Amino acid sequence: MSVLVYIESEDNKFKKSSYEALSYGKALADKMGVKVSGVVINCSDTESLKVYGPDKILKVENQDLNEFSSKKYAYAIADVMKSENASVVVLSSTPDSKYLGAHLSGITDSSFVSNVVELPESINPFTVKRTCFTNKAFSLTELTSDTKIISITSNSFGVIENSNDPQSEDIDIKSIDSNQKILNIEKESGSVTIADAEIVVSAGRGLKGPENWEMIETLAETLGAATACSKPVSDMGWRPHSEHVGQTGKPVSSNLYIAIGISGAIQHLAGINSSKVKVVINNDPEAPFFKAADYGVVGDAFEVVPSLIEKLKAR
Amino acid sequence: MNILVCISNVPDTTSKINFVENDSKFDTNGVQFVINPNDEFGLTKAVWMKESNNANVTVLTVGEQSAEATLRKCLAIGADKAIRIDCPANDAYSVAKEIESHCNEIKYDLIICGRESIDYNGGLVPGLLAGLLDYNFVTNCVNLEIEGSKATFSREMSGGTEISECQLPLVVGSQKGLVEESDLIIPNMRGIMMARQKPLDIVQSQGVKANTHDIKFNKPEAKSEVKIIKADELDKLIDLLENEAKVI
Repeated sequence: MSVLVYIESEDNKFKKSSYEALSYGKALADKMGVKVSGVVINCSDTESLKVYGPDKILKVENQDLNEFSSKKYAYAIADVMKSENASVVVLSSTPDSKYLGAHLSGITDSSFVSNVVELPESINPFTVKRTCFTNKAFSLTELTSDTKIISITSNSFGVIENSNDPQSEDIDIKSIDSNQKILNIEKESGSVTIADAEIVVSAGRGLKGPENWEMIETLAETLGAATACSKPVSDMGWRPHSEHVGQTGKPVSSNLYIAIGISGAIQHLAGINSSKVKVVINNDPEAPFFKAADYGVVGDAFEVVPSLIEKLKAR
Repeated sequence: MNILVCISNVPDTTSKINFVENDSKFDTNGVQFVINPNDEFGLTKAVWMKESNNANVTVLTVGEQSAEATLRKCLAIGADKAIRIDCPANDAYSVAKEIESHCNEIKYDLIICGRESIDYNGGLVPGLLAGLLDYNFVTNCVNLEIEGSKATFSREMSGGTEISECQLPLVVGSQKGLVEESDLIIPNMRGIMMARQKPLDIVQSQGVKANTHDIKFNKPEAKSEVKIIKADELDKLIDLLENEAKVI
């Protein structure tokens, strides 16, 4: 028995969410009294993983996996699961990991629970706490299959250093045929993506028009944050769809969420509720968002935001 | 072309979330159930394909009799036929297995499920189904075109959009963007009347056992009161974020 962590990488680099998944996997393996292995696909430099405590790094190098494919990646990880006799697979909550995770559970007949926020409450039976009802509740869920897959919510467990000197092993996997091919990838211009961001700066209709977003971008840049927007703003075409956060948009699970000129409709709150600290800037003291916020500033965004930028820069 | 749209019957977003039976079950008392929003984007796309691709659209739900009102609404929106697999939707695995067994009997070229339901938010059924059936799969799908047996589609990924193609059959996890919110079809009287004549078949369940179980639910602890900072005291906000919340 062992714990296997899929360590997602992009352009030969690991994401923070991957370090978090590995930190979680290490703590889980300790709790279960087993070893933890990390599997990486086509990423040669694994030095940075050591500090998070893996016992083994399994390297899959395969031309066929140069492009992400949910099916091929799922079969590759299924192969490694078998050879490592892994009973639990830990994934992060990135779009790619969630994409391949469901596929993986289909081909390996594993119990799969996503949106996990804590270490298992017990190992036998195997029970984990996850969010449900769009962050309005938690469920303690039991996984009953012999093999289990869990994906953890970003920023819920944190990155924990726990240095180890792992063995490194090259792994061969069987190639899988697929007629599904990537034709093109259109990258967004922003430097921080909403999924990876620790801070998200989000703005709504209170900004009055797309021409007023410069200060939002400057604030985000100052904080190293991603920019986001409310649904009406993306519906009106002020900002791209990819920035829409909320129930039907992207979920946000950042450490800090700053909402500017967003009233806080229930559908919006549903999508951002798992963010840890929420700051609301709004000129309407009755805006429902203040009830969901940790810190609130009642004031005109066109005065508050520039002043906030100035003060942050002066720090 | 045969399209299957899998529908999850979910509590409306504004529902009060409460639990009964020692916090082990969701309290459906007084709750309004609706088509899962992510499924509805997919259903609208499928209804459009009736015209553009000469498609036949079946909607399916795994659930109890109470879910039939939602299926009738799907028929009123424009689906041709509805199927209810008669068992409670216990978890993603059992639901996907029930759908798989239906799909082994009746072949669909395209299967659309919402990318996730707004109640349990697992986001698992479409991927599980693709894995079980060994079909091609795309989730977070924001564009889909089908010509003959070839599908071209886009998905929202971290920091961009990926455009791919494949041969059918394909399982799609649908979301906003596949069609826009303003495109959603509101059933008219004619649609509602026609829906009454359309078939709604009840299929016996395979009795698949769930492999995950909700043992106990709880709600987050009440939030502490918001701290209001004056607009001319932003230094205080920065100090709180830095030293109290420790997030900047």
